[in-house]
Amino acid sequence: MTQTDLLAGLAIEIVSIFALIIMLTDALVERSTRLCETLSIVGLLGGLAASAYAHLTMPGQTAFNGMIVVGGMSTLYDAIFCGAGIMTVLLAREYLTRVGGMFDEFYTLLMMSIAGMMLMGHSADSMPMFVGLEVMSICFYVMAGLMRNKLSSNEAALKYFLLGAFASGFLLYGIALVYGSVGSTAYSAIAAKALSTQFPTLFWVGIGMMIIGLGFKVAAFPFHQWAPDVYHGAPTVVTGFMSTAGKAAAFSGFVGFIAPTMASGVPGLEKAKVILALLAVGSMLVGNITALAQTNVKRMLAYSSVAHAGYLMIGLAAGNAAGWTGITYYLVAYLFMQIGAFAVVGILERENGGNLTVDDYRGLARRRPGLALVMSLFMFSLTGIPPFAGFFGKYYLFNAAIQADLTWLAIVGVVSSVISVWFYLGLVVIMYFREPLGEMEGGEASISSRTALALSIIGTLLIGLIPQAIINIAAR
Amino acid sequence: MLTLPIEYYLTLSAVIFIIGTIGVLTRRNAIIIFMCIELMLNSVNLTLVAFSQYMGDMAGQIMVLLVMTVAAAEAAVGLAIVLALFRNKQTVYVDEVNVLKW
Repeated sequence: MTQTDLLAGLAIEIVSIFALIIMLTDALVERSTRLCETLSIVGLLGGLAASAYAHLTMPGQTAFNGMIVVGGMSTLYDAIFCGAGIMTVLLAREYLTRVGGMFDEFYTLLMMSIAGMMLMGHSADSMPMFVGLEVMSICFYVMAGLMRNKLSSNEAALKYFLLGAFASGFLLYGIALVYGSVGSTAYSAIAAKALSTQFPTLFWVGIGMMIIGLGFKVAAFPFHQWAPDVYHGAPTVVTGFMSTAGKAAAFSGFVGFIAPTMASGVPGLEKAKVILALLAVGSMLVGNITALAQTNVKRMLAYSSVAHAGYLMIGLAAGNAAGWTGITYYLVAYLFMQIGAFAVVGILERENGGNLTVDDYRGLARRRPGLALVMSLFMFSLTGIPPFAGFFGKYYLFNAAIQADLTWLAIVGVVSSVISVWFYLGLVVIMYFREPLGEMEGGEASISSRTALALSIIGTLLIGLIPQAIINIAAR
Repeated sequence: MLTLPIEYYLTLSAVIFIIGTIGVLTRRNAIIIFMCIELMLNSVNLTLVAFSQYMGDMAGQIMVLLVMTVAAAEAAVGLAIVLALFRNKQTVYVDEVNVLKW
């Protein structure tokens, strides 16, 4: 371990150290919520700065004996994770206090999970990828069950834990088989030796197992069954965080190991592409069609996040440089619009699951015009209507599919986007053109929640206006 | 000393892995499901050690240490979740925990 290694991994180190500091603060200082909050934001900003520094000074370098890579896409991933963390911290206190889940451990868990995600985003080897994934997942299991006196939250945690650990088993078995067939866990070595392996069957079974394991983590069809229940039962701020940063982390791991494999020209790649394409089609169609039938907004957004995993899988199936940058761009766009949408849901939500059904949103435009306007903006962006960020995200992914001669996949993507118009814009219609049923209480947002909302709005608009800036960082 | 060919280890670990998978899919008791998951993770450890020994490469054995650490952390969190559930609803059977459905 040299000084260069420490500098390259500085972003991960800062976030991890702050996680530990917050844990001690929580234990030693009384009424430490605000202090923990401040420390989290400072730590995450520090992580962002360190990652930007690494991007500028040593892009594309590896560190810790080729375990992690810095700069380029990994910097964008860091920005996604830290950005999601900052917005979640801003939203958390008000929401968790209201629903009775305000424990200061939340900040430790959040920072730990972000450290795990960053490790995944930086990984150039299956070992740190697995460790990062588990650090993230274990924190998520606890965060999903944060409202420990509520049965729905317990259930979400239990389901997430059992299925998440099950998926980890598959991922790990895949890693072991790939390791056995090529003799190394490093992604570069996997790609280099895949052609000359003596056990091609073992290699492909291993890659298949890894796809299953990561497919669970990104909530892609047919491994998505846990997602609606977990996203529904978990506290809304946690759901927003899990469904954006957690998904982004799982995709960063996915891209990390599959990009070198795709570039290696191993026989059998075409079949792998078809399987990934089928997973993408299944996720898009099942996610969007099931979302049509939902009457609970949180659940609707959960199913639609399965569909978004499908759009992202298009980039994996395309398997070219345009696909990887497309995925990264889409993850940044998705971060802002999805956290924003969940922020609005969280602001409106009352204790014991009040104000969560579509009917509660009737006539919202008259009672809370600001929130209704903001929500509509996120809905437009999630549908993929220009000039919002979601449009360019889909544009890049579909474009990558066409470049890879998968035009049919792009067409399915467009069709399923059209299906999603029904429920996304349906919610907008309900907010603007339906009479409210009875009185509605709640909907006041604190200054920090407003800041988080403002950040998501700026992100959704700005990234839609200057898409090239993100693409340039990712391609470096 | 008699050395077994690597296929024996791989077959054994594949069988243990499949037993674990079947257990997860068929059992309804959360604790037993969790034990089956541990079985899956340990079968992977066996695979890793076997490959590591076969190829004379240490990375596999290092990985086993990481897996064991992760499994221990998972056990702590998992049992705490089961305990929290049991406090609210006196059951550990996953099919009786079904407040979330569409």
